[in-house]
Amino acid sequence: MIGTALLAVFIVLGVAGPWLAPYDPTHLDLAGRFAAPSAAHWLGTDANGIDAVSQLLWGARTALIVSTVVVGITACVGTGLGLVAGWFGGAVDELVMRAVDILMAFPGFLLNIAIVATVARPSLGLTIAALCANGWVGYARVVRGQVLALRERDFVQAAVALGAGHRRVMGRHLLPNVLGPVLIQATFGLGGVILVEASLAFLGLGPQVDYTWGAMLDQGTQFLWKAGYAHYALAPGLAIMWVVIGANLAGDALRDRLDPKARGR
Amino acid sequence: MSIGAFLLRRLASGALAIVGVSVLVFAFLHVVPGDPVDHLAGGEATPAQRAALEKCLGLDRSLPVQLGTFFVHIADGTLGHQCPDPEHRPTVAARIAVALPHTLALAFAAMLVAALLALPLGMVAAVRRGRWLDTLATVTALAGIALPMMLLAPLLLLVFFVELGWLPGPTDTGAAAIILPALALGVHLMAMLARMTRSSMIEVLGEDYVRTARAKGAPERRVVGVHALRNALLPVITVAGLQFGSLLSGAIIVEKVFARPGLGLTLLDAIANRDYPVVQGTVLVTAVLYVLVNIGVDLAYGLADPRIRRGRA
Repeated sequence: MIGTALLAVFIVLGVAGPWLAPYDPTHLDLAGRFAAPSAAHWLGTDANGIDAVSQLLWGARTALIVSTVVVGITACVGTGLGLVAGWFGGAVDELVMRAVDILMAFPGFLLNIAIVATVARPSLGLTIAALCANGWVGYARVVRGQVLALRERDFVQAAVALGAGHRRVMGRHLLPNVLGPVLIQATFGLGGVILVEASLAFLGLGPQVDYTWGAMLDQGTQFLWKAGYAHYALAPGLAIMWVVIGANLAGDALRDRLDPKARGR
Repeated sequence: MSIGAFLLRRLASGALAIVGVSVLVFAFLHVVPGDPVDHLAGGEATPAQRAALEKCLGLDRSLPVQLGTFFVHIADGTLGHQCPDPEHRPTVAARIAVALPHTLALAFAAMLVAALLALPLGMVAAVRRGRWLDTLATVTALAGIALPMMLLAPLLLLVFFVELGWLPGPTDTGAAAIILPALALGVHLMAMLARMTRSSMIEVLGEDYVRTARAKGAPERRVVGVHALRNALLPVITVAGLQFGSLLSGAIIVEKVFARPGLGLTLLDAIANRDYPVVQGTVLVTAVLYVLVNIGVDLAYGLADPRIRRGRA
């Protein structure tokens, strides 16, 4: 429940944030730089006099877009490949699993960096592509494992005996049975994607959009030594923690519900 | 399968993975639009200077030839040269050799910190399952997982170096200067290991042989610390080893915050300067390290678990 509530707040703020933001996050006010928190600016302003709350709310929008798009694409691609690999086996399975092996034999974050580093100013699209490049692997492995077990079950054998084609078996009989683990993985994935995206932005390799939590953190930590300015770095940091904790708790709860054997671990 | 054959098979699949990764990184850096010559030469370079730079980087040749050259540079151990002016600058391998010890020391120190904190935390949580100590350990672990490293690292620096002055910061070069970066890098792993230790310990404590040990009157300390821990550690070792890669990538963030001249900072520097041979080399070396550590984990797993050893014999 707590996890779902945390995620719900994030999603609402991600959707409505730009309308709730009290100021335009691109409006510079050099006279009001480094303002302390006040009634006008709840979290103060940054080095360019931009309202921190507005940046945080716009950053929530970016985080929501990146995380949902990446999780959506990787879950679909990974589930599709896992289904195909597990069902057909043979050369198809070999091909998919070797690609999985190669991507697993490599720190994912480094691959993300290598991809966004190919251009001087990575766009939101490239950042999403970079995160997708290795994100599907986990889903493919989980789904393939499930399909290998499911394909021997009576209801699948019966469907085949009744003349169901590959597409029907995979779509109607296998897919509904692997959706649970995929959903669990996707929930955990939301938090993971946000952490990686923020890390890229912190390193100066994030999407070149106006506001991301990672870029705020980067700026905030540079001024962390400035007395009374710690809140500017803390705010995006806590926002990231909020989502990651929410995703982890929601994932745990979902797993407990869908997989009773794992309860209490 | 004997240990030798097992090792050979793992080395072969590891080599395949490294070749795959090399081609992947090469492809990304060369196929994606964006001309490194533009970045290196700057706007005011003459066509002749641009041509010289292109020749130095090998960009005037076809992609397969460039890929071949890349593999030749791996084989001769130089990993390529830095452009422009390759004669007077160290090879990519030499540059990495200077940075690598810093990153390895950091990664091992972080691993040590993580293990020292995680094992007691996970064990206490498992033994006191459902009590307040368990809740405390679980919350600590969750906070450790969720706390972004890029916030934790500057905060540690701010509190322990700037405010309290207890520990050395980026300006120091002594051995103690590794404590704060190792803590920043290790906390995340600590959280994962603590959770893993807890769940693995809970499972093992329910096994028959643990009940037998208790029935025979073995003191609880011995049951938990010797009988249960040894088996509970197996999955923990695996996770720790597999997470070594995340330490290597996490080191990029920590090295940036603490200005440690390791592989991560070298990579960021190379990216900023569009120094593609160095980017390629750094990524490759990290991948090789990662594959080697994974093979090591497999071997350690075999040594720690007699069942696996016998299964192979």
